[in-house]
Amino acid sequence: MHSHDFQIPIGPQHPALKEPESFLLTMHGEKITSMTVRLGYNHRGIEKACEAQSYIQDIYLIERVCGICSHSHATCFIQAIEEIAGLAVPKRALYIRTLIAELERVHSHLLWLGVAGHEIGFDTLLMYTWRDREVVMDILALLTGNRVNYSMNTIGGVRRDITAEQKQEILKATDTLEERTKYYIQIATEETTIIKRLSGVGMLLYDDAVNLGAVGPTARASGVDRDIRRDDPYAAYGELKFNVITDKHCDVYGRAVVRVLELMESYKIIRQVLADMPEGPITVKAPRKIPAGEALSRYEAPRGEDVHYVKANGTDRPERVKVRAPTLANVQVVAHMLKDRYLADMPIVIAAIDPCFSCTDRLTSLRDSDSGSKNYMTWPALRSYSIEWHRKQGIDFSDLNKKFKVPGN
Amino acid sequence: MIRPGRMIIQVLRSLFKKPATSLYPFVKTEMPDKFRGKLKYYPEKCIGCMLCMKDCPSDAIVIKKVGEKKYIAEINLARCIYCAQCVDSCPKDALESTKEFELAKLTRDQLKVVISEETQSSSEPKT
Amino acid sequence: MANVLFNILIFPGFLFASVFSLTAEYVDRKLCAKLQNRVGPPWYQPLADFIKLLAKEDIVPQQADSTIFTLMPSIAFTATLTAFFCIPLWQTQSVYPFSSDLIVVLYLLTIPTLTFFLGGWYARSVFSMIGAARAIIQLFAYEIPLFLSILAPAMLAGTLSLSEMTVFYSHHPWLVLLNLMNFAIALVALLGKLEKTPFDIPEAETEIVAGTFTEYSGRLLAFFRIAIDMEMVAGSSLLAAVFLPFGFNLGPALGFILYLAKVLFVVALLSLARTIFARLRIDQMINLCWKYIAPAAFLLLVVDLIVKGFIVK
Repeated sequence: MHSHDFQIPIGPQHPALKEPESFLLTMHGEKITSMTVRLGYNHRGIEKACEAQSYIQDIYLIERVCGICSHSHATCFIQAIEEIAGLAVPKRALYIRTLIAELERVHSHLLWLGVAGHEIGFDTLLMYTWRDREVVMDILALLTGNRVNYSMNTIGGVRRDITAEQKQEILKATDTLEERTKYYIQIATEETTIIKRLSGVGMLLYDDAVNLGAVGPTARASGVDRDIRRDDPYAAYGELKFNVITDKHCDVYGRAVVRVLELMESYKIIRQVLADMPEGPITVKAPRKIPAGEALSRYEAPRGEDVHYVKANGTDRPERVKVRAPTLANVQVVAHMLKDRYLADMPIVIAAIDPCFSCTDRLTSLRDSDSGSKNYMTWPALRSYSIEWHRKQGIDFSDLNKKFKVPGN
Repeated sequence: MIRPGRMIIQVLRSLFKKPATSLYPFVKTEMPDKFRGKLKYYPEKCIGCMLCMKDCPSDAIVIKKVGEKKYIAEINLARCIYCAQCVDSCPKDALESTKEFELAKLTRDQLKVVISEETQSSSEPKT
Repeated sequence: MANVLFNILIFPGFLFASVFSLTAEYVDRKLCAKLQNRVGPPWYQPLADFIKLLAKEDIVPQQADSTIFTLMPSIAFTATLTAFFCIPLWQTQSVYPFSSDLIVVLYLLTIPTLTFFLGGWYARSVFSMIGAARAIIQLFAYEIPLFLSILAPAMLAGTLSLSEMTVFYSHHPWLVLLNLMNFAIALVALLGKLEKTPFDIPEAETEIVAGTFTEYSGRLLAFFRIAIDMEMVAGSSLLAAVFLPFGFNLGPALGFILYLAKVLFVVALLSLARTIFARLRIDQMINLCWKYIAPAAFLLLVVDLIVKGFIVK
């Protein structure tokens, strides 16, 4: 650190961030020399809370991991449960899940485009995209009963069926949205001030994207051809035809291009789903108690690969739930992309990974405000507390401890 | 063609368009049929199986037995997350989602609603 | 004496200028909302904001230089108000005309930016200091094109007095067309001066919170805001007087309405620019101003001088 360098705290409260998270920038004039990220302001203890509730209750809790990709998290979680329980989900239910997933992607990407506009001071783009996003929000409310937390999934299927009239409504909305998206593609690729602010900013080369483990549109804009929908098909994606959009720009402009082109793919998928949707039941009877077993489920959320791990032990409650939201994979990439860039690029580079910090935070570290010490609880004390807590839930770890010869037991 | 001010035509056209904003408190929005709003409870249909209580993710509903085959429901609207799982869980269709969504009240107590056969479908606050 | 007091306090001074700048802010915000397909604020919104800010607590940060911090808003306000007296509004004469008042007006309109710098710098918060530094960097970028673009019509008229310029152009109305390009350049520079998108770099919300004004609150912020509004009106009036110099002999009533229309037209052009561009970075802004706008302004100055040599005399 030179004598002229100074530090700027971006967050936990800052207009560029829609959620509390802390970035500490070391600046040399207008240039950023380094950046540190501190996560944990939004830790809500969701994983632990899941262990204390039944699977049905967990669906609604998991759905609230994220407001924007609520369907992604719920579907990812339910897929894991269905795999453990060995349920054969009806085809119609899978198609409906795919439909909601794509509608969600449309609303998430349109939202991103508006936020990106706002971050570079282009508020008109924000107002226009969010106005048009209302069309897809209305469709989601029509299909599921709510605009944000759709609650469409249940174990073994979906909760609501789709009627012929609703199909017509969706097709109509898709046409409107497609026309508007074409307009936004034109704006994003032809407006000088937008291109000036986006191209060459937040460079992430192919190798760096792979090494740092970037996911979703952030990785695809660096030429990493990776999409769970195609690579590990779930729901009805195995039977649908679509392209995985990649781009060679490697910058924020590329990420914008990938997202707007993905919108066009989503409309294609929505039309296919509506045309091919088979008749039949929408749910199978699911047991309340899920047999012992474990499963890892992957899902291509609008922001990238979402991973859920569920371990069942034969009761009606999961023994362990692990959620890895896509932002966690992308957040280290931000620090890399901002190195030696201007302060003015900070908001758009952070926004370019479409961050969702509340979904990301799985732990928080507390510090004693007087001494600065991190030791609130010693490690053995935490262990014995945890073993006692699990014993009350009916899970005994003492055998396990003997087996692995854990010191101190 | 790349040039500055690409949006100018649309922007000027908006000048003569009606604003997209919905003037909410003055113009009421009609909710879709499947909307998950405030719960409606039919005490005469209830068999007291308590499945709704068991499945509720937020402990918002309590069914109490008040007499022979007579039940009341205490719904805490502040706790309810409007997922309508109880509606799905109920084997006798004694619960139903309505389109009502303007549920703000001045105190927490006013959000606790007791529905019995006497006050059926009314939403008077508990005193 | 009574006449002077009336001029300073009521018309066209403090009261009229304040009301008109709040109106201009309303027009700017409403038009911006309409262009973005929104409803926009009601007519009393700028006044309500002002009154609300007056009622709020003034907070002076502990580490700030409290004298400079509290003094700057009133200096900004006074400077723009003073500029107002030297600009011809609806007559060929301004309220207090004197020779070479054009230069005084331009310098008075520079003072607000300097107060933004000093107020932000002495607030001693990182965001304010970055905002302050950006404000002063931006000043050097737009000030030259603004001066050059206003100097060209003055050269053509052969005077540095605004009142004499308006007289000259009412005699040679067709020469106004020659200055249309200068008008465009002056508009761009005015956008920079008023710190509006695409040049709202010193107060870029998503980057440095509110830049200079991050630490300001209450009455001090209210005065800064009304000073910015007044700067918008004074700047627009100056542009109207220099580049739209027609209709000065219509009499007080019609002339006054025409004056309002001219200023609001300039304000409308500013709001339109605000809606169709993204914010530039400070390096891009300086590039734009020094590489394209300043040379263009210089070229137009030369053109005006040549025209003056051939046609006028």
